[in-house]
Amino acid sequence: METFYEVMRRQGITRRSFLKFCSLTATSLGLGPSFVPQIANAMETKPRTPVLWLHGLECTCCSESFIRSAHPLAKDAVLSMISLDYDDTLMAAAGHQAEAILDEIMTKYKGNYILAVEGNPPLNQDGMSCIIGGKPFVDQLKRVAADCKAIISWGSCASWGCVQAARPNPTQATPVHKVISDKPIIKVPGCPPIAEVMTGVITYMLTFDRIPELDRQGRPKMFYSQRIHDKCYRRPHFDAGQFVESFDDENARKGYCLYKVGCKGPTTYNACSTTRWNEGTSFPIQAGHGCIGCSEEGFWDKGSFYDRLTDIHQFGIESNADKVGGAAVGAVGAAVAAHAAVSALKRAAERSDKPKA
Amino acid sequence: MNATSSASLADATGTDESAVEHGRSVKSVYVYEAPVRLWHWLNALAIVVLCITGYLIGSPLPSVGGEASSHFIMGYIRFAHFASAYVFAVGLLGRIYWAFAGNHHARELFTVPVFTGAYWRELGLMLRWYLFLAPRPSRYVGHNPLARFVMFFVFFLTALVMVFTGFALYGEGLQAGSWADRLFGWVVPLLGQPQDVHTVHHLGMWVIGCFVIFHVYAAVREDIMGRQSIISTMVSGYRTFKD
Repeated sequence: METFYEVMRRQGITRRSFLKFCSLTATSLGLGPSFVPQIANAMETKPRTPVLWLHGLECTCCSESFIRSAHPLAKDAVLSMISLDYDDTLMAAAGHQAEAILDEIMTKYKGNYILAVEGNPPLNQDGMSCIIGGKPFVDQLKRVAADCKAIISWGSCASWGCVQAARPNPTQATPVHKVISDKPIIKVPGCPPIAEVMTGVITYMLTFDRIPELDRQGRPKMFYSQRIHDKCYRRPHFDAGQFVESFDDENARKGYCLYKVGCKGPTTYNACSTTRWNEGTSFPIQAGHGCIGCSEEGFWDKGSFYDRLTDIHQFGIESNADKVGGAAVGAVGAAVAAHAAVSALKRAAERSDKPKA
Repeated sequence: MNATSSASLADATGTDESAVEHGRSVKSVYVYEAPVRLWHWLNALAIVVLCITGYLIGSPLPSVGGEASSHFIMGYIRFAHFASAYVFAVGLLGRIYWAFAGNHHARELFTVPVFTGAYWRELGLMLRWYLFLAPRPSRYVGHNPLARFVMFFVFFLTALVMVFTGFALYGEGLQAGSWADRLFGWVVPLLGQPQDVHTVHHLGMWVIGCFVIFHVYAAVREDIMGRQSIISTMVSGYRTFKD
């Protein structure tokens, strides 16, 4: 079997470029320069791990993001690093030929391939809302997951459900971890996830031959352990109390904090404010728009992207915690005032009934 | 010498004028020990600061101009919130300790005798008293049954929710692996995601707000119309009875 290094050399990548790639990878994984030889050694000696990339109910934004990764190296090198044996969006084969590859890898590398899932399976209507190769996607997912080493849940669809799982979720779109329970699952949420986060996770798994350290919710700690807010370059304006009061106001032009116009940075775990997007060019807050919290569970059902507080639907269409609570306090206050008035009147009446002492 | 002789005289004759005088004057019972009273007022202060600063964190004051480095408004507001949150949480822990160490009235906040019929009958009487159906309530030494019910189900349980959600959110700022994250971080996935924890924390504040209104009203009303002292009891610790 070919090693990564052999594949890269075959594709015309010089040794110099290869070593540059190793140092870039070490840096983007937060490792010191001493890890560069280790990465190079791993690439030179380890066989490529087959990756089967399945597509369920999704919009392909994860794939679009992935192929724009700048560090580690550009798309062609990354696609050669892993042996991406099945990805119906990117592969040349189609139809029965494509499906045959799936079976071949599953038997040849039983228990040794990584399953990457983009999108999720819909369970209602017997899974008929997402058909792959003539069968419900949920069947394909279960079949391929049975013998895989680990599963990568790409994006918010596979990790949490995303917009197709929004209320009332008619197709019952279900995140991967609720369908497959007996395999290690790495959640890489985001709509889409950052390209460098995706390639970083894969590179880590190939280099160290283990899954990255995960947080309580199954996300790689190296990219998801801090909130956008924690590393936001507008954070000093938050602490100072300088906010954009409405879009296009003077404060917006000054680049103040977007907290009051609904930025979800304080409740969103992702690497946007450090890694940024498109080769580190920018990210939503830098472009003047609040974070919409796309890597958090249920972000699509938390009311407007421009409100600080979530709508509480149980209390009517346009209610949030402060409106509900304010109304409750008002009601209790009014009730207490009324009760006090009745108490006083009753007491006065009892006094006047009694004969004067 | 005198004291001994008068005591022996009282033993012999059965008369004791000083004891009679004392009996006339004793119309009060020591109910709330010093730690309970101290906690009550510290807790009240902490709640006021927490509600105001908490509201201002969710809906900040109008923006200030100038350099970001010359202001720290949100920083100070959040500091006041976190500092009083520590007072609130540590106070609650201390109060729970005192439920074991203190007198039996100190336990009334944390238990409701739901399996005792007499409790429910007294609670019914209190409800009728508040609905103007009963002419007068009983004389209560500790908390009346209604107060006890509200203290446990509205104050204590909400306080626990606020401490757990509050420290879960605090742990996000302290970063993953911090003590708050390790102790309370599990609350975040339990409720969904951080935004849901914020929502519950906001709702909890308003529950506490409703509680405060009712609590203050009931204390004043019982002090005036009930049969025992209320407000001065939380200052001196002594409950006095009017009839």
